Amino acid sequence: MTPTHGLPGPYRATGSASFVDFLAALHPERLPVAGEPAMQGAGALAPHGTTIVALRTDGGVVMAGDRRATMGNIIAQNDIEKVFAADEFSVIGIAGTAGLAVELVRLFQVELEHYEKIEGLPLSLDGKANRLATMLRGNLGMAMQGLAVVPLFGGYDEARGIGRIFSYDVTGGRYEEHDFYAVGSGSSFARGSLKKLFRRGASTDEAIATALEALYDAADDDSATGGPDMARGIYPVVATVDASGVHLLDDDELAPRVRHMVDARMTSPDGGTS
Amino acid sequence: MSVPFYVSPEQIMRDKADFARKGIARGRSVVVMQYDGGIVFVAENPSRALHKISELYDRIGFAAVGKYNEFESLRVAGVRLADMRGYSYDRSDVTGRSLANAYAQTLGTIFTETAKPFEVEIVVAEVGMQADDDQLYRLMFDGSVADERGYVAMGGSAEPISAGLLEGWHEGLTLAEAVGLAVSLMGRHGDEKARELTATQLEVAVLDRSRPRRTFQRLSNGRLADLLAG
Repeated sequence: MTPTHGLPGPYRATGSASFVDFLAALHPERLPVAGEPAMQGAGALAPHGTTIVALRTDGGVVMAGDRRATMGNIIAQNDIEKVFAADEFSVIGIAGTAGLAVELVRLFQVELEHYEKIEGLPLSLDGKANRLATMLRGNLGMAMQGLAVVPLFGGYDEARGIGRIFSYDVTGGRYEEHDFYAVGSGSSFARGSLKKLFRRGASTDEAIATALEALYDAADDDSATGGPDMARGIYPVVATVDASGVHLLDDDELAPRVRHMVDARMTSPDGGTS
Repeated sequence: MSVPFYVSPEQIMRDKADFARKGIARGRSVVVMQYDGGIVFVAENPSRALHKISELYDRIGFAAVGKYNEFESLRVAGVRLADMRGYSYDRSDVTGRSLANAYAQTLGTIFTETAKPFEVEIVVAEVGMQADDDQLYRLMFDGSVADERGYVAMGGSAEPISAGLLEGWHEGLTLAEAVGLAVSLMGRHGDEKARELTATQLEVAVLDRSRPRRTFQRLSNGRLADLLAG
């Protein structure tokens, strides 16, 4: 990038409040989803992030993701973070090609903040979910080459006073989930677990416990999903969103909850009451 | 064939500067100053939607006086430049200095190359990790930049307000003291008669040093009323 002196024409032109549109017009090569088709087989060489779960609570949303990234049969990373705050009132978790996913999250965060600064107001939750769909659609070419990213988006809808969850497919299809959802390689096992444990109107604490159980069950049956690593103190990333905003739980908050669950599994390895 | 009158470059520049100065002097004032927790922006602005104060980046704020459409286009350009830089490099690579430079270049070019200069004055403020690292850049309509210490006043009654700040401002003012000082000076000098400015006539925001990441925060009417009540 050549350093810019002053503010060239495009910067001062009237235009949309979208940073993605601005970037695509001015520096398309900087988009994480640049049009150049990736080489066949790149999917096998790039690390993949795995399971993300999200569920609604009485006042918002809880989202959690395991910490493993895999490259074929190799564990590429054992402490990757796949759940992020998208802005003050929404969270995003991404499964799929890790490099692209992290870059897509970064762009999405800038997109939301940019809109808020230009317009003086944040986007509505539906607006945010739709922007994410548009950004994914731009990645369809890459997805067909094996570099798919599949996000899960959740947030607190300030206008309606509830938490909401949105799932996506690689073509940018956007679907609202009413109770819970999971994406990634271990998602079918996680969803099975959530189906049994989820309770409408659960408190945030209960929902966090449910999310941890679901990730544990996913790790139990899916080799690409990592369980909690008690020896190294690596726990799932857990984020909560409610009227007070996004909160990412720190290790001190997580350690006792994870330990409690793992202890229970010592006597009842499949969970539930034995 | 008619021969155009010769007008000296000095005369042209002087006329443009007078024009811009008159435009700016018609507007209400804005005060930007350091307080013990960061930097506070105070503007007399009854509108809730058309802002004179805005966030540019994590630790950088923007305040302007003059013609709304002109400073609004500069504000948007600044947000775009900051976000472009932060996305292309890293968030820590976006600095108040680089934004102030970009504005200076742009205002300078507009002033010399177009028939009508921008009737705006801008402050770009960056809150540092410590008070000593705070930066206040004041940009004039012709692109000249001043690196200010402590406080800046601009707009219609900039001079008497600056004189008042010279007397009343000192390091370590609390937020309530800083806002109170700005509001009393603006009330005293904004009109022919002294006025009592209330929360609804003001737009106030801070760059709060202690906040993580995005430090810019607008103060709600309620919070502002509490601060003014002291």
